[in-house]
Amino acid sequence: MERVPVLKIGDMLLVSIQIDMEDQTALQLQEDLADRIVATGCHGVIIDISALDIVDSFVGRTLAGIASISRVLDAETVVVGMRPAVAITLVELGLSLPGIRTALNVELGMELLARERGADEWQLEVDGDDDTETPAVTTP
Amino acid sequence: MNGQGERIEVNSDQDVVRVRQLVRTVAVAVKLSLVDQTKLVTAASELARNTLVYGGGGTVEVTKVDNGRKPGIRIVFADQGPGIADLDMAFTDGYTTGNGLGLGLSGARRLVDEFDIVTAPGEGTSITVTKWCR
Repeated sequence: MERVPVLKIGDMLLVSIQIDMEDQTALQLQEDLADRIVATGCHGVIIDISALDIVDSFVGRTLAGIASISRVLDAETVVVGMRPAVAITLVELGLSLPGIRTALNVELGMELLARERGADEWQLEVDGDDDTETPAVTTP
Repeated sequence: MNGQGERIEVNSDQDVVRVRQLVRTVAVAVKLSLVDQTKLVTAASELARNTLVYGGGGTVEVTKVDNGRKPGIRIVFADQGPGIADLDMAFTDGYTTGNGLGLGLSGARRLVDEFDIVTAPGEGTSITVTKWCR
């Protein structure tokens, strides 16, 4: 059985699926990612599926599983690079991948994750600041 | 005029991958559009997995066909498994007797042009799908 490599880039894990995965390979990837999220403390996972010419219900379910598992482990998953024909087929199959963030390519996926993480941290600072409770326009 | 089919025994995950590759090759050969290739390969992947998981293994046969007006591909998935007792339930989106999403059978039917199923409890299942060039 082949194995899909998981690469760490800064605060993100990058997975580029380049092979036609056996079901077992997909499940192995799910386990490997959970392990790597915990081991590295990364907060983002990018899964590049631009090389996949189909996504069937099994792979779709595995991607949804990865997204849920990583969320429980404090990481956000973005699936990137889906081909148009794959998107059309997935929707007709009845799988709209609810709960999965998507972006058109790796670069946009990284931007999305960075933006979200940035927004979270900003939120934290603002919450700690009492002044923000006061409405913006009070001074006469 | 129907050509000679190619047959794959489906007994493992790896065989399901081989079915996808064979269907893709034949779909390209009969010049299905990219979207139709993708739909057919996806349907074949779902049905081949069903043959393996629910039918306990079986065979998949891929044949080029021609109805006189346009070419197409016919795929037959056959197993000697337990068969399907309640077809209406089996075709309901989200219904599964296994661990899947319950989209395989119903989803695959939406992705092809023709879909025939012959099954009975204890007598296995045979599913024939056809996709025509547009």
